[in-house]
Amino acid sequence: MIERTPVLNLVTHAVLFIGLAIAFVPMWLVFVAATLSLQEINTPPISLLPGSHLWENLAEAWTRADLGVKLTNSLIMSVAVAAGKIALASITAFALVFFRFPGRMTAFWLIFITLMLPLEVRIVPTYAVAANVFSPYQTILDVTGLSWLWQQLTGAELALEWNLLNSYTGLVLPLVATATGTFLYRQFFLTVPEELMEAAKMDGAGPMRFFREILMPLSITNMAALFTIMFIYAWNQYLWPLLITTDRTHRGTAVMALRQLIPMSGDSTGGGVPDWNVAMAGCLIVVAPALLVVALMQRFFVRGLIASDK
Amino acid sequence: MADIDIRSVRKAYGKNQVVHGVDLSIRSGEFVVVLGPSGCGKSTLLRMIAGLEAITAGEIAIAGDVVNNLEPRERGCAMVFQNYALYPHMTVAENIGYGLKVAGLSKPERTARVETVAKSLGLSEYLDRKPGQLSGGQRQRVAMGRAMIREPKVFLFDEPLSNLDAKLRVQMRIEIRKLHNRLGTTSVFVTHDQVEAMTLADRVVVMNGGHIEQVGTPEEIYRNPASRFVAGFIGSPPMNLFDGRVTGPGEVQAHGIVLSVPHAGLKPGRPVTIGIRPEEVVLGAAGSNVASIDVDFSEELGSVRLLHGQVAGADFVIQVPATTAGPKIGRFSFEVPARAVHLFDAETGNRIGTAASGARAAA
Ligand SMILES: Nc1ncnc2c1ncn2[C@@H]1O[C@H](COP(=O)(O)OP(=O)(O)OP(=O)(O)O)[C@@H](O)[C@H]1O
Ligand SMILES: [Mg+2]
Repeated sequence: MIERTPVLNLVTHAVLFIGLAIAFVPMWLVFVAATLSLQEINTPPISLLPGSHLWENLAEAWTRADLGVKLTNSLIMSVAVAAGKIALASITAFALVFFRFPGRMTAFWLIFITLMLPLEVRIVPTYAVAANVFSPYQTILDVTGLSWLWQQLTGAELALEWNLLNSYTGLVLPLVATATGTFLYRQFFLTVPEELMEAAKMDGAGPMRFFREILMPLSITNMAALFTIMFIYAWNQYLWPLLITTDRTHRGTAVMALRQLIPMSGDSTGGGVPDWNVAMAGCLIVVAPALLVVALMQRFFVRGLIASDK
Repeated sequence: MADIDIRSVRKAYGKNQVVHGVDLSIRSGEFVVVLGPSGCGKSTLLRMIAGLEAITAGEIAIAGDVVNNLEPRERGCAMVFQNYALYPHMTVAENIGYGLKVAGLSKPERTARVETVAKSLGLSEYLDRKPGQLSGGQRQRVAMGRAMIREPKVFLFDEPLSNLDAKLRVQMRIEIRKLHNRLGTTSVFVTHDQVEAMTLADRVVVMNGGHIEQVGTPEEIYRNPASRFVAGFIGSPPMNLFDGRVTGPGEVQAHGIVLSVPHAGLKPGRPVTIGIRPEEVVLGAAGSNVASIDVDFSEELGSVRLLHGQVAGADFVIQVPATTAGPKIGRFSFEVPARAVHLFDAETGNRIGTAASGARAAA
């Protein structure tokens, strides 16, 4: 579409720039704060120009929050969540869209309902399950009297237990088990012409082959989008990692570690020293991988939006 | 190469019957065109042969083997779809060779066969392109290549030409027929375009509302339509059809016009539908079977001219050579040769035979 409306162009650009400024100024302040020394940052007014202590602040934040370990943990968790999500979402959507089986609509609605139950809402039961994956089954056995029967027969107490606390599995699984990606994929699969599947059938390809060799390559932009969204979502998780990791030194995530950098009175680490410069430097480090993922994946989005040879 | 036997095949979607018991034998190497209006069940029939649609009742046998419970890949059919259904992310070579890849052929073998097929279709220069970078005609050819490469027993076409412009359609039609002459593979071709049907087919199957109305060579279908539906469907412009009744031995009457006909044994008073092809009337002749037409307007189609008007109040079309001299509008008298009159039963729509013509083919 070609339009010649100079005034409108000006206005829209102005709006864009204002929006950019609103989004960018806090980031700028974080950056500036990360470059100041302890003295400079505690001298009002706040400086708007960067200082010269960036590297030492970064180094200080890195060692104090043990970011090497924490960033690795975050990375493992986020990649696992994103990859798990893509695998789960694509295959469930495939089943829902391309197969007719009894209970299809029930499955659809069950998945749909999980959209209304984000992790924060079901955090207590989720924690209980993570503490012992078998606890629902144990409860069923207890209530039905089967465990009593077992005890009578074998003499041993029936106690099923599989504990996910403090493990990557525990960190990742509850974040994977949601419906967002499934719906993204479902929408995409619904746009795939049915003839494509029929052509594959005529070519002799079975369902899994069709899924792997035709649907997956076609959904590459979908995948990139979902990967980015889920990566950021997992990266930014705070509450769940806080609950599930008891061994924070080895299993803690980067976002949790940030908390240790924030000066707070009565805190064991901060001790009330207002060294916001180090905290902000930590922020810069923690936000960098997420930015990197967006920057890298963005290329795929744009290509997906431009290429129309579907 | 294989023959196809379709025996009392039915298809229902839930309670909705769309194919009502079709019987059809297709000989090995034959090119059969299934022709019918939109929604008559042609595609459904084709897809049941292909194995893309379950058969509700009846049997389909390919080369003597009942295929009802076989997967599409086990039936030895290849299909060309209306919108080509090429894999958008694969190159032309990959599209054509995908069936072989699935079948587990080695890469060099695949490449060699893809190149042969591409060459025969004039696609050699496009092998590295994606479908999105091809014209409609080229895509069509890729779809054909994909079907050809596995050397199937049966080719199935579902309106493969309907997305092409008129000129390309004619060209591709000729290429498909040439291909068939060269390969001799049994082919079933679905279309709603009668010109395609008449030009391509060894035999035409005319379908309507889930029934077969008539099976025959293009000429039989045109000369001796088995029912009022076929008569009205085949031919452009369509046959003039109007209601009348038998008034005496070898005589019918409609709108006060009396026509003598060669049909024997007609019961006086029997209601009939009278059909007359626009090109079979003779303008300006005097003799028996004469009527007159009030022409409102005429259409020039290049080699012929169509005169649209009313005969005794009923719409009527006459086709004359474009070279016909004289006025184009006004009142003309014309003669209907007795052998050019088709009669159909007013109730059933079935053809009332003279000596040689067939009856309704459907079971
Ligand atoms: N999946 C389906 N569920 C229910 N009804 C269907 C389904 N597919 C087709 N039909 C019905 O079956 C009838 C025949 O469809 P079919 O596709 O065979 O028509 P067609 O002769 O190929 O028409 P066209 O020339 O428009 O392609 C139609 O009335 C259609 O509504
Ligand atoms: Mg159709």
